[in-house]
Amino acid sequence: MQSKVHVRTAINGEPAEFLCEPRQSLLECLRDLCNLTGTKEGCNDGNCGACTVEMDGRIVTSCLVLGVEAEGAQIGTVEGLARGTELHPLQKAFLENAALQCGICTPGFLVAAKALLEQEPEPSEARIRLWLANNLCRCTGYDKIIRAVQQAAREMKEARP
Amino acid sequence: MTKTEYQVVGTRPVRHDGADKVTGRALYGADFQMAGLLHGAILRSPHAHARIVRIDTAKALAYPGVKAVVTAADFPPAPDKLVDFGEGATPLAYVRGNVLASGKVLYRGHAVAGVAATSAHIAEEAAQLIEVEYEPLPCVLTAPEAMQPDAPILHDGLRTAELGEKAQGRSNISEHFRHILGDSKKGFAETDVVIEREFSTATVHQGYIEPHNATALWNNDGRVHIWCSTQGSFVVRDATACVLDIAQSRIRVTPMEIGGGFGGKIPVYLEPVAALLSRKTGRPVKILMTRKDVFEGTGPTPGSYIRVKIGATSDGKLVAAEAYLAYEAGAYPGAMVGPGGMCVFAAYDIPNVTIDGFDVVVNKPSTAAYRAPGATNAAFATETVIDELAEQLGIDPVEIRLRNAAKEGTRRADGPKFKRIGCVEVLEAVRGSEHYQSPLEGPNRGRGVAVGFWFNVGLPSSCTINVNADGTVNLVEGSTDIGGTRTSVAMQAAEVLGIPVEDVHPSVVDTDSVGFTAVTGGSRVTFSTGMAACEAAGDVIRQMKERAAKLWETVPDKVEAGRGSFRCNGHSATFKELAAKVGETGGPVVGRATVNPRGVGGSFSAAIADVEVDPETGKTTVLRFTSIQDAGKAIHPSYVEGQMQGGSVQGIGWGLNEEYYMSRDGMMMNSSLLDYRMPTSLDLPMIETIIVEVPNPGHPFGVRGVGEANIVPPPAALANAIYRAAGVRMRRLPMSPPAVMEAIWSK
Ligand code: FES
Ligand code: FES
Repeated sequence: MQSKVHVRTAINGEPAEFLCEPRQSLLECLRDLCNLTGTKEGCNDGNCGACTVEMDGRIVTSCLVLGVEAEGAQIGTVEGLARGTELHPLQKAFLENAALQCGICTPGFLVAAKALLEQEPEPSEARIRLWLANNLCRCTGYDKIIRAVQQAAREMKEARP
Repeated sequence: MTKTEYQVVGTRPVRHDGADKVTGRALYGADFQMAGLLHGAILRSPHAHARIVRIDTAKALAYPGVKAVVTAADFPPAPDKLVDFGEGATPLAYVRGNVLASGKVLYRGHAVAGVAATSAHIAEEAAQLIEVEYEPLPCVLTAPEAMQPDAPILHDGLRTAELGEKAQGRSNISEHFRHILGDSKKGFAETDVVIEREFSTATVHQGYIEPHNATALWNNDGRVHIWCSTQGSFVVRDATACVLDIAQSRIRVTPMEIGGGFGGKIPVYLEPVAALLSRKTGRPVKILMTRKDVFEGTGPTPGSYIRVKIGATSDGKLVAAEAYLAYEAGAYPGAMVGPGGMCVFAAYDIPNVTIDGFDVVVNKPSTAAYRAPGATNAAFATETVIDELAEQLGIDPVEIRLRNAAKEGTRRADGPKFKRIGCVEVLEAVRGSEHYQSPLEGPNRGRGVAVGFWFNVGLPSSCTINVNADGTVNLVEGSTDIGGTRTSVAMQAAEVLGIPVEDVHPSVVDTDSVGFTAVTGGSRVTFSTGMAACEAAGDVIRQMKERAAKLWETVPDKVEAGRGSFRCNGHSATFKELAAKVGETGGPVVGRATVNPRGVGGSFSAAIADVEVDPETGKTTVLRFTSIQDAGKAIHPSYVEGQMQGGSVQGIGWGLNEEYYMSRDGMMMNSSLLDYRMPTSLDLPMIETIIVEVPNPGHPFGVRGVGEANIVPPPAALANAIYRAAGVRMRRLPMSPPAVMEAIWSK
C-alpha cells in the first residue's frame, strides 16, 4: 500500500489537516477524510460541477484537484456559506425561489454563484448563464436557479453600505 | 371546487428540508458512513453480447485489501417465478440476470461480478483482476434489426406473446399487442387527407446528477439493512428479498436523500450485490456507481421505431389513425411500449384507430422508466403528423387540435373512457397565451406547438400524524422526496388540520417504520401520499373532537371543527389549545391512513417553442419556450412550475441533443457528461409556465400529478418549430446540428 501524505490546509477559514493517498482527489479528501459531504460527486471527471469548491479565490471542480494540492491552500465549501445560524443571501434566495428540487447540484451552484457575485456584483442574465454553464442541473431547467442568483445579487447590493 | 379558499394549499412556503439542502447537511446515499465500512466495485462486460465461458476470481481475491468477490453463482438457488414490483410481472431470472449476469452478458456494461475491499480504489483495481473468458456473439442494437427473422437471439427461452397467445419459436419480440377502436381501414376511406410518416428516436438517459449507490449490512442476526438513494424503498426491499430469496421482513431499507431519479431509480442494481458482499464479509459494504456505470449499466429509456398514419376530412376532423410502435426494451423485456400505445393518440377524439405495439429486446442496457415512459417517443410522431395535417388543410395548429381534443367521455383505443380531463383547457391556454399571440419575426425562426398526455397512478401510500403537545404535528411518510414532496404532502395535512404548514414536520422514514408505500413515480406522491396525509389529518381531527367532547362533556358529533378550531355550545378551543390537553384527555393522539386511490386524474401538457436554426451549422437555438399543464390544483405552485420547467428542459435535451451514440459492436461512445450533451444553463432561455387547473374530482383538493406530462410535447414542438424555421420536417431524434444539416442538404 502506498504511504500517505500529510496535508495542511484551511477549509472554510479553519486550519485543517488530513492524511491522504497521493492519488486521492480533493473531492474524496473533503468527503471521506474531512467528513464534509456537502460537496457532491456527479461524474468524477470535471463535467457536472457538483463538486465545485473555492480554492484560493478561484472555483475548481474538486474531483479534478488532487488532495495533496490543497497543501497551504484556502478551500471554501458549501458548509462555509452560512454565518452561524444566518444563511448566505444565495442560500435564502435558493429556498425562496424553489431553486432546488432534488438538491444534489445545489452545493456546487451555491459555491459557483457566490464566487460570481463576489467578482461581479451585478451580472446580467447572460453572464449568470455563462458562469454557471459548468454546473449541470437535471431537475429545474435552471430557470429558478438563475432567478435566485439574480435575487441574491439584488439583496446583496441593497445590504451594502 | 376551484372557488374554495384555502389557507395553505396554493401558497409557496419554503420546503421543510430546505435548510439541510442548502447547507450541505442533507445526507444522500453516497454520504452514508459507518464504522467498519468496506467499499465495493462492479466488474462490467466489455461486450454487448457474449457467452461467459469461465470466471476466475483467484487473483482478485489474493489482492491485498480485498475481502470478498461475488458473481451470479453466489445467488441462492431459487426456482424462477413471476415477480411484480409495481411495474408489471416479470420473471425473477430477468431481474437477477440484470443484477449479475449469468451464462451470457447481454449489453456492454452488464454487471458480471462485485468486489469488496478496504477502499474504493482497491476494489476497482481488484475488479480488473477478475478473469472472465467470453465467447463474443453477434449483437443487435435496434428494434427493426432485432425483429428480423435471422437476428441474433438474446434469450433462448423467449417466446412472443402474440396478441395474447404464446407464439412458437425463438424471437426477440417479447410482446405484440394491438388496440382497435372502430375500423381504421373504413375510416381512412372517408378522409380527404391522409399523412403517414416514419420516425425513429435514439436511446436517451434520465441523466440524474447523483449516480446510483447502495450500502448494505447483513447483520449477525440475519437481518439486512440497506441505505440507498431510491425512488421506492419498498421496491428495494421487495426486489432485494426476491433476488436473494429471503423474506421481505428480513430487509430494512432506509431511503437516503436522492439526487434525481425520473424513473431510473426504481430498479435495483447494487443493493443485492452489496448485501451478498456483506454476508460474505460480515461488514457493511458500500458501492457507488461511476458516471460511466450509470450510462452503461442502468436503465436508459427506449429508442424506438414508429409509424403513424392519420387521416382527416377537409374541415380538419380527424377520422382515422394507425400507429406502429416498436420500442427497444434493452436486454430484458419491458420497453414501456404499453403506455406508448395508450398515449399515442390520447389527446384526440378519433373514432377509428388501430395501434400495434412491439416490445423488443436488443443488446443495450435494460431500459427503465423515464418521466412519462413511452409517451414522448409516441407524441413526437403524432404531433408532427398533426402539424403537417394542419398545414395541408390550412388550419391553425392549435385550432386543429382543439377541434379534435379529447374530453370527458372520449374513449381511448386501449379501452378506457376519459373522466374529467383538461385537454381543451390546456389548448385554450396555449391559444390565449401572450406567447402564442405575439408575433415571431426574423429569418430562420419558427414557432411550433405540441400537446401530450400522461397518466397518474394511484397505488398505496401510508401516513401517520403524531400530535405534539405544543400544537405542532409530526408527519411520517414513506415516499422518498425527490422534488419537494415533503412540503406538498405536509401542506395538505396542514390545510385539513387548519394549522400553519410550518407546524407540520414531515419525515420520510425506513421500511420498518411506515406502512407500505409504493414508488415515487407515476406522478403519484402529491396525489396519493397527499391523500393519505389528508385522511390521516382527518383521523386526527376525529380524535381531537373526541377529546374536546370529553372536556366539554358532550358527544364528539356535536363538536364542530374547521380552520384549526373546535367549537361546541359556546366552548371553543384552537388546535394548539386542545393539543396541550391531550395528556389529560386520554393520551397521545396519532392519526393514521392508508390509501390506494382509484380517482386518478390524467394530466395534459402543451409546449410552445420558438427557435432559430443556423442554416450554416444546423444548430437550433431555443429563443422562447412556454410549458402549459393541467395541475388539477397546484398545491405548491413553485414546485409545480419547477416540474414543468425541468420536464420541458429534459424534453428539449431529448429533442435537440441527447442520444446514446453506439458503435456497431454495441459500445456507447459518449458515456460521459461531456459527450452525452445534456442542456446547460447557457443553452436555454427562461422556461415560462402556465398552470391550468381543472380539478380532479378524485382528490380532496383536485390534485393531478404534474411530474411527467411536461416532457411529452417538447421534442415535437421543437420539430414543428424547426420546420417553420428551416423548412425541413425532422423525423428522427435527436435533431442535432448534423441531423438538421443533413435534412437541409437533402431538401
Ligand atoms: S464530480 Fe466533479 S465535476 Fe462532476
Ligand atoms: S435540483 Fe436536482 S440536479 Fe439540480
